[in-house]
Amino acid sequence: MAERGASGSGSSGDSLDKSITLPPDEIFRNLENAKRFAIDIGGSLTKLAYYSTVQHKVARVRSFDYSGKDAEQDHEPPYEISVQEEVTARLHFVKFENTYIEACLDFIKDHLVNTETKVIQATGGGAYKFKDLIEEKLRLRVDKEDVMTCLIKGCNFVLKNIPHEAFVYQKDSDPEFKFQTNHPNIFPYLLVNIGSGVSIVKVETEDRFEWIGGSSIGGGTFWGLGALLTKTKKFDELLHLASKGQHANVDMLVQDVYGGAHQTLGLSGNLIASSFGKSATADREFSKEDMAKSLLHMISNDIGQLACLYAKLHCLDRVYFGGFFIRGHPVTMRTITYSINFFSKGEVQALFLRHEGYLGAIGAFLKGAEQDNPNQYSWGENYAGSSGLMSSSPELCPTQRARSGTFDLLEMDRLERPLVNLPLLLDPSSYVPDTVDLTDDALARKYWLTCFEEALDGVVKRAVASQPGSVDAAERAEKFRQKYWSKLQTLRHQPFAYGTLTVRSLLDTREHCLNEFNFPDPYSKVKQKENGVALKCFPRVIRCLDALGWEERQLALVKGLLAGNVPAAFTASPRFSPGPPHKCALIFADNSGIDVILGVFPFVRELLSRGTEVILACNSGPALNDVTYCESLIVAELARYRGSALREERLLLMQTGSSSPCLDLSRLDKGLAVLVRERGADLVVIEGMGRAVHTNYYAALRCESLKLAVIKNSWLAERLGGRLFSVIFKYEVPAE
Amino acid sequence: MGAWLGRQRWLLRMGAGRLGMATERHGRAADASASSAGEPAPGGPGGRRRELLRRRASSASEPPVGASASASASAEGVRRSRPGSYSGAPSVSRQRVESLRKKRQLFPWFGLDIGGTLVKLVYFEPKDITAEEEEEEVESLKSIRKYLTSNVAYGSTGIRDVHLELKDLTLCGRKGNLHFIRFPTHDMPAFIQMGRDKNFSSLHTVFCATGGGAYKFEQDFLTIGDLQLCKLDELDCLVKGILYIDSVGFNGRSQCYYFENPADAEKCQKLPFDLKNPYPLLLVNIGSGVSILAVYSKDNYKRVTGTSLGGGTFFGLCCLLTGCTTFEEALEMASRGDSTKVDKLVRDIYGGDYERFGLPGWAVASSFGNMMSKEKREAVSKEDLARAMLITITNNIGSIARMCALNENINQVVFVGNFLRINTIAMRLLAYALDYWSKGQLKALFSEHEGYFGAVGALLELLKIP
Repeated sequence: MAERGASGSGSSGDSLDKSITLPPDEIFRNLENAKRFAIDIGGSLTKLAYYSTVQHKVARVRSFDYSGKDAEQDHEPPYEISVQEEVTARLHFVKFENTYIEACLDFIKDHLVNTETKVIQATGGGAYKFKDLIEEKLRLRVDKEDVMTCLIKGCNFVLKNIPHEAFVYQKDSDPEFKFQTNHPNIFPYLLVNIGSGVSIVKVETEDRFEWIGGSSIGGGTFWGLGALLTKTKKFDELLHLASKGQHANVDMLVQDVYGGAHQTLGLSGNLIASSFGKSATADREFSKEDMAKSLLHMISNDIGQLACLYAKLHCLDRVYFGGFFIRGHPVTMRTITYSINFFSKGEVQALFLRHEGYLGAIGAFLKGAEQDNPNQYSWGENYAGSSGLMSSSPELCPTQRARSGTFDLLEMDRLERPLVNLPLLLDPSSYVPDTVDLTDDALARKYWLTCFEEALDGVVKRAVASQPGSVDAAERAEKFRQKYWSKLQTLRHQPFAYGTLTVRSLLDTREHCLNEFNFPDPYSKVKQKENGVALKCFPRVIRCLDALGWEERQLALVKGLLAGNVPAAFTASPRFSPGPPHKCALIFADNSGIDVILGVFPFVRELLSRGTEVILACNSGPALNDVTYCESLIVAELARYRGSALREERLLLMQTGSSSPCLDLSRLDKGLAVLVRERGADLVVIEGMGRAVHTNYYAALRCESLKLAVIKNSWLAERLGGRLFSVIFKYEVPAE
Repeated sequence: MGAWLGRQRWLLRMGAGRLGMATERHGRAADASASSAGEPAPGGPGGRRRELLRRRASSASEPPVGASASASASAEGVRRSRPGSYSGAPSVSRQRVESLRKKRQLFPWFGLDIGGTLVKLVYFEPKDITAEEEEEEVESLKSIRKYLTSNVAYGSTGIRDVHLELKDLTLCGRKGNLHFIRFPTHDMPAFIQMGRDKNFSSLHTVFCATGGGAYKFEQDFLTIGDLQLCKLDELDCLVKGILYIDSVGFNGRSQCYYFENPADAEKCQKLPFDLKNPYPLLLVNIGSGVSILAVYSKDNYKRVTGTSLGGGTFFGLCCLLTGCTTFEEALEMASRGDSTKVDKLVRDIYGGDYERFGLPGWAVASSFGNMMSKEKREAVSKEDLARAMLITITNNIGSIARMCALNENINQVVFVGNFLRINTIAMRLLAYALDYWSKGQLKALFSEHEGYFGAVGALLELLKIP
């Protein structure tokens, strides 16, 4: 409670529980540039949304002006690096308890400078109650938005933009969360919002939805009736009671009616024949816990049954649940899931959302921002700035949960370009980029988390070294260390905090954290140097290759592709035979330096010479020592190879839209996807551990594909049944 | 002879006449502190057995211990084609019945339905007994007949619903009256003991029994009363019973009825309904829990679903919230309460109708939703709570029934079960809700003998009728 001192900015005179010290760089971040606000005030929680811009440093590469200079000079870097400021758009969502609303509004007022915003979109039941307060504090006009419209807009937005947003809850597995891989078609679906009552809405398109039914038996019934029965006032405490109770003491079960015969009849004796049926026939006291549990079962079962009846009537099999009754409570997710499975016999899936609490605020924000067309962009969850799924369940410690839930953040970055599926995916709806699900695989999880912990020192050192001129680099690097370390610790205890935990998500989180502390490209200098060295060798390598016979050359080319990954010899000797040339090859490049220049470029050259067009796709933004799109443009130019191919557009350098060391083929730059379709790409080459092993190892494509990598991790090598520096060379031809 | 059931403190009183059915007699425990008493809505879990057998067969995993769901559910969509499809345990008894039927069934003729809360007993009293027969009638049989027909209450908790008696009925060539008797299931041991005391077993009679209790008490009947029960499927009995009773009418009146203008206290009328085209029919049996059946013909029906929120839930929660001890008392309180103090209505949230979704302001948005607030909790009366409980459970049953009717494409819905006994509030609400939310497509029907159809079905099985 230390952070709740009495010195809250602008609220020092308030009573203790309303005053709160808000660390500005931790909660309401980027307020100074904020524009457009939306607020969703529920029964107990307020969710504030705002749009802001983030200024951060990016490393830019730029060719030297070579006129009058000899580019081949020794000791000269091949290009220059400059650090520039870049402005990107970010959506901020902050969730806090209604108790703090006044302190928060004061804080916002004090930190909001120079905004042109005049209006705030408001939704939720409390929008009415707090209207005057908001108008007075922020001097913004409150525009009230329809609750359900906001909810659905928000739901569509998170389903479209946040991978692993939806999950099923499996009570007996560890962990209990099983995330849904992004479905390209999210419609139609059923949204069951369990607030004080229940609303059942059928959503057919972005803008078309219909209230098809509801029930008055909802969260308010659990709370209200529960408070009457147990004299317990708080919702969370009621859930806590319920988690300790035995409903069979209160409910009349089938075995109570049938006696022992239920077994011989094949009946499940534990089914409830009549909720609270025993309280009607037995004259005795019932424990609060038992009554709360019985009530929870009664309400969850009833909602599940109605949801199934509506799903059946409308032929829908996906039902998303939201509202304060759910709000991430494992107890309610468990009983709702049970009920849906029971009543639908497994035909309907109960799905929950990681950002369920934010739907209203997101929707209200989108309503207000329609002129900015937020839906035309792709957005990505920023792992550095987002709190992750709450996991401390009320059973474990209700007070701790309440405290840790005081402030919860979600940040989403607007991506430069829209992202779409690679058109060559065999089945986009079943494509899962990641090879190993670390949420499922406890052994692998333990290994990788430790691995990333151990590598942290090195990353910090590298970050500091990359900015020798900066006075605060060490300080920022230390902050980065703390942030990433705490993320890793969170993931140790709650592997499901950001969706499915994977090597990719661990890598991406690290990149997000580095960016957060202005280390946009710690490898920029290393890459520059290695590119310089490789460029010098390039002409010699080409001459050697050209001197070889066909088959030898193919082998050498493959060796070259792999050699960039590792300095070890390539021992296996696959046999090559010339087939008809491909029309167009799509190559996903990996590392800068030797890899791309001495490995990929000669390979590309060979393909071009066979008459195959080549699309070389590199990362849009930096990640580790991976070659970026900008770097690829420069080094390709400097290599001066196949200049005519570039000019004639038989070789196209493209960006992937990603800044990850891994590759998600379902979220690729739209321009790339369009080109792939236009050129009729019929070969996909994916190289490197990140792109071909940690991700896409099992990716099924509609055309031929080649996945190659050298296993540079002994644990992984062992897992895959090989040795360190074993080679993955996976050539796949789709079944006819 | 008065102490049929073990307890000695029986008392007969006039029922709570404010419920609009003043002609009826209600048994009621005089002593408020007495454990038992009264009657919650009975009916038991309504024939889950067959569904569950199917469920297991279809490889659905058994629900884990401690987890729950309303017993009912499952096995929707599987039509039960009858007749004579007994399976498993009951088949033995069935054979016994068959062998007994070759002779004329001996008196006494009983049908028994042992539910989760109430036992329903129908007894056929032959009125055409000849002098010769009377001469031959053994003492114990005579004593039973006299005892049952000369009393309207038995022990502290047994009640004969005199107003339901069907007069001059012809059954298996015998003329007589059909009596309807009920008592709480927890007095079952006393009933069995009485059977022993009165030496029932010497009559070589068969007890046809349905409901879960037929299984639960089978062993007690055998070991204590030396009586062999013939166990019958409760849904078979229910369907058989309702079709039969509807066909014989109600002493010249219609068995089936509906409400016109159910929402209007002034204009509301209970009117007879001629169920001349009974099929397809959605049958909603509201006992302790609720079972919902789709009936397509005399021999073809399926269980659609069920819910554990039934009469037992209403009465159980009322006991906890108001301290009431009888079903009649709970209903009486409900009749005086105001549920809008307890429930949060649409207009409480939106100030009026929620036009975006076409929701009227008077609709309940959250049952017991106002009880989230401490001030409002302190401001409500027990009567308000009882009323809200009644409205909550009734609306929910109406809602599930409506969805089932839509899914099954059935327009007439018959509500039966003892939850509806002396419960005009619930019946009118069901009638109104079904009509309103279906925009007049669905019709709610009711039947005079509410909770006795299972017992009647059991009696018909005994006599092999039809």
